Amino acid sequence: MLNLISLVLLFPLIGTAINGLIGKKLRKETVGYIACGAIGMSFFVAILVFFGLLQLPPESRVFEKQLFNWIESGSFKAAAGLQVDPLSSLMILIITGVGFLIHIYSIGYMHHDKGYHRYFCYLNLFTFSMLLLVLGNNFLLMFIGWEAVGLCSYLLIGFWFEKKSASDAAKKAFIVNRVGDFGFALGIMLIFITFDTIDFTGVFHAASQGNIAVGSFTVTIITLLLFMGATGKSAQIPLYTWLPDAMEGPTPVSALIHAATMVTAGVYMIARCNVLFMLSPFTMTVVACIGAATALFAASIGLVQNDIKRVLAYSTVSQLGYMFLACGVGAFTAGVFHLMTHAFFKALLFLGSGSVIHALSGEQDMRKMGGLKKHIPITYRTFLVGTVAIAGIPPFAGFFSKDEILLEAFVRGNFIYWAVGALAALFTAFYMFRLLIMTFHGKSRVDHHAMEHLHESPKNMTVPLKILAVLALLGGFLGIPGASAINGFLSPVFGEHGHVETHGAEACGSHAACLPYLMMVISTGIAIAGIYLAYLMYIKSPELPKKLAERFSLIYKLLLNKYYIDEIYDALFVNPIKKISLLLWKRVDAQLIDGTVNGVAGFVRGFGSVLRLSQTGYVRNYAFYIVAGCIFIIVFVVFGK
Amino acid sequence: MITITHYLVLSAILFMLGVVGVLIRRNAIVIFMCIELMLNAVNISFVAFAYHLHSMQGQMFVFFTMTVAAAEAAVGLAIIVAVFRNKETVNIDDMNIMKW
Amino acid sequence: MTFNILSILPILVLAGFGMLVLVVDVMSARKLGEKNLLAYLSLAGIVIAAIVSRNSTATTLFSFNETFTIDNYALFFNILFLLSTGLVILISHSYIKREDINHGEYYALLMFSTIGMMLMASGADLLNIFIGLEVMSISIYILTGFKRSKLISNEASLKYFLLGAFATGFLLYGISLVYGTTGTIDLRQIASFVAGKGGVKDPLLLMGMGLIIVGLGFKVASVPFHAWVPDVYEGAPTAVTAFMSVGPKAAAFAAFMRIFLTAFGSSHYEWQKAIWILAVLTMTVGNVVAISQTNIKRMLAYSSIAHAGYLLVALVAANNMGVSGTLFYLLAYIFMNIGAFAIVIVLSQKGDVGMNIDDYAGLGFKHPMLAIAMTLFMFSMAGIPPMAGFVGKFYIFSAAIKSGYVGLAIIGVINSVISVYYYLRITVIMYMKEPVRDFHPLTISPLIVVAIAIAVVGTLHLGIFPSKVMEIAQRSILTLR
Repeated sequence: MLNLISLVLLFPLIGTAINGLIGKKLRKETVGYIACGAIGMSFFVAILVFFGLLQLPPESRVFEKQLFNWIESGSFKAAAGLQVDPLSSLMILIITGVGFLIHIYSIGYMHHDKGYHRYFCYLNLFTFSMLLLVLGNNFLLMFIGWEAVGLCSYLLIGFWFEKKSASDAAKKAFIVNRVGDFGFALGIMLIFITFDTIDFTGVFHAASQGNIAVGSFTVTIITLLLFMGATGKSAQIPLYTWLPDAMEGPTPVSALIHAATMVTAGVYMIARCNVLFMLSPFTMTVVACIGAATALFAASIGLVQNDIKRVLAYSTVSQLGYMFLACGVGAFTAGVFHLMTHAFFKALLFLGSGSVIHALSGEQDMRKMGGLKKHIPITYRTFLVGTVAIAGIPPFAGFFSKDEILLEAFVRGNFIYWAVGALAALFTAFYMFRLLIMTFHGKSRVDHHAMEHLHESPKNMTVPLKILAVLALLGGFLGIPGASAINGFLSPVFGEHGHVETHGAEACGSHAACLPYLMMVISTGIAIAGIYLAYLMYIKSPELPKKLAERFSLIYKLLLNKYYIDEIYDALFVNPIKKISLLLWKRVDAQLIDGTVNGVAGFVRGFGSVLRLSQTGYVRNYAFYIVAGCIFIIVFVVFGK
Repeated sequence: MITITHYLVLSAILFMLGVVGVLIRRNAIVIFMCIELMLNAVNISFVAFAYHLHSMQGQMFVFFTMTVAAAEAAVGLAIIVAVFRNKETVNIDDMNIMKW
Repeated sequence: MTFNILSILPILVLAGFGMLVLVVDVMSARKLGEKNLLAYLSLAGIVIAAIVSRNSTATTLFSFNETFTIDNYALFFNILFLLSTGLVILISHSYIKREDINHGEYYALLMFSTIGMMLMASGADLLNIFIGLEVMSISIYILTGFKRSKLISNEASLKYFLLGAFATGFLLYGISLVYGTTGTIDLRQIASFVAGKGGVKDPLLLMGMGLIIVGLGFKVASVPFHAWVPDVYEGAPTAVTAFMSVGPKAAAFAAFMRIFLTAFGSSHYEWQKAIWILAVLTMTVGNVVAISQTNIKRMLAYSSIAHAGYLLVALVAANNMGVSGTLFYLLAYIFMNIGAFAIVIVLSQKGDVGMNIDDYAGLGFKHPMLAIAMTLFMFSMAGIPPMAGFVGKFYIFSAAIKSGYVGLAIIGVINSVISVYYYLRITVIMYMKEPVRDFHPLTISPLIVVAIAIAVVGTLHLGIFPSKVMEIAQRSILTLR
């Protein structure tokens, strides 16, 4: 069954090809069926592969399939091969599974759009690229997938490219990602120089054999460069600014690419390279600090935003911060676990917000919502599940994964990591319930025009919501403390350092047994506190937020304007670069370089038009050239030494 | 005594005559004859070498060269006839529709 | 065993089908339906010959008194020739109908010419190579003049014939001198003679070598023996131009490498310098003059000269990478060049109207698929990744650097840059200018579409996944030395 793995990649590619080439001529239904069918079949194969993997004994759960030799040049060799191990099989299940639901949802959501086939073509291409990213068995293939998802993200953010804000956001995403990709590419080159191979197996084997000293300079640089790539793709400080803007794309895209899958590529990459990262304690500290800082920072911005999708976007950045925090303290399993549960509930939340926006004919401002509960009940109920899940109330999925991260941060890291994480959790619970209340509860602030069209979404949108709600409810039980299925499943990938309890137990001695449960209680308490705050401020005394905003107007303004980071970046990087570019363009390029190039080209062209005159059309002349050439060659060969 | 050198010099002279003929004549048929002259000059050298080396390969080569020359003559004359039918001349200096 | 009829089975198949086509053509009542049959019959011949040559052998085999050899090298070239001829038949079908030259001899001559190429690649002595060269050339002389009633075709044919026969004289003289000084025409015996003498010192032998360079240099269209190329390419029927720009060139290179690497391999200092100069001249003149062309066939002719120059670079390098790179490049060149000519055919009208580069203005809007395909071929020829041409150039220039010819590689890369100018100009004209003419009626048939599709797939496949073919090419050249 494992041999089927290439089919997982093939189906979305076929879907892309069909919809891309002839999608314009097909009926809308057909386009949708093709796209969903491709991902559906891919999902089915992914399940088969998963069970195929389960049949193997845990320690030998790695399967590599060589497709072909791709590039060979000197000692550099890149084969195109796929690697199935617990980590990648889990990832392809998430990508194809959540992707399938989002594809179905898109049929309803994008129904009126004229770029229907283009949309599904991109979406299938994205799925293909993402699968390539996680399945590749070497860094180069991963990098190609990495770039390709970036491209698809660019295309889909700018899907409504007639809108200037959309095309600007797409450009921003692309350029900011490029900064990270630059680091990633350098990292890969350095890996090749250091290990003389770019195959995962080869690199990690060499690294784990102790050829590289722990904390050595090279490995620190490599991992820092790789992490630089991860900050770009996964929207961490300092490269997170593109993600909130990326909400200009269609909402299912935000759900699939900018919440569930693509942005987690950085986490996947670090988890994949755990062997390397474990060799560099310094990098690990950097990862953990950046992760924790991002978690808190983004959450604080989320507190005051009014655009429903932007709140979710900052929430995504913050949750990604959690995952990096987990990876940074060495708890890769916890990071990947949170990646999975986050994929469920964040996709659910985005799709739910999409359903709200759909119902309100495109309104995204929460100040113009409210009281939608009774109008769109299914959306409300599923949204509620997602909100509770992300807030971290047991037994919903988010609780288990977030709790585990906080526990790990405390046990392996230090109190500060935990405190920052816990504060971010408080913020999370608050802003999510603020969102829920502002959207669904209270008095309706919807303008009457949108009110007339208010309707619950069609079935093909609500069914994916329901399924995701079930997943957000139950997904956490895979990682239930003490009997964690996911720990056992992923342990071959992360070795003994990947997961928790036993280590935790040794570290904190006699309190061992009670610590996890204590933590659970504390984090539940934090979540409830956050929810109560939201209740207090938005239901009990609605005038409170305004008062607070006036009282702490400085902080409020700072938060509302996202700490002015965009403006700072503009002043520090964008504008100076623009100015220098303008100078280079006008002076260096247009005058110096173009002048030179045109001069040379003119010379060559003139030379050519003189030379062509030798082509007289007379056989006699041609024969003469032959004789002359012949004499020259003979003289040269015979007397030429 | 006639040595191999004599034959080779003769062959070289005939070859040169052929080459010069191709370069200076205008009538396509005469040019073609000059080319035949070149080929046959080479044949002389082949036979002379074969005799000198006591090897049959050279003589064998001559037969094939003659065959090839015959085939070339057939095709070449046909081409010249085709040109003549369209243009009513075989002067190669009149043939330069295509140049530069 | 010195006589093995199986070794020439592909040749026999082609000869048989060639004659069968002639007979069927005469017997049939000159109906159009029958003419389709001829194309399919010839294609069948090509396919059967390909199957047979694939199955014939994998190890080196000598036959006919050791004058004929089937090794991996010959097999590679046989497949390459059959591929190019097959593609040319696919693109010819609608073209020769349009130009009213739909005679059975056309297909027969294509196949006979292919036989000549196969002989050249398989010849183990100079005689076989010479015969192959003549069989190939004489067929093409006729094909060039196939538009009997058109003066331009006649003129091209006459020029090609006179100059070709002239060059043959030099080649033959060279062979005779090599025979006289080494006492043999067998390549391997020449090799042992040369090796025994510790390199070539005899001036007569050197002269012979130089004359052989002239003769083969004419066939590969190397400057200064190139002058026939633009005129003949322009005057010949376009499908024939496509044919002679790939197959014969590949065959001439096959013979070139066979002779100079097998027979004179141990004294490469004597000939490398001369070919170095030829390579530089060929690349430079080809590319520079191509810039100022206005007729697309003429432009492609100069481009073909330039490509011969790149291939000569590999011959100068003369290492394994260079030689296998040449094989790879020739294969890539088949796809991109025949593809480009196929598009030229599709877009031209009866009487070869519409051959000016400016006639392509606005193609991108009127026929986007054709424009994309053309762009692809142009990019590939210009050597832009991820197309086949890039990989080929990459192998060839790195081979030159490996052998220490850094200067040559730099000149090659500069030339490559120059070539981008005229290849991209076509793309620019196709996409950025308003259409000046109606492209209808397109000369299109299912067969030519198949040919273009094969060319596109081949160009991309070789560009993106070169390793497999490169491996085969590397295995193919082991028997050369």
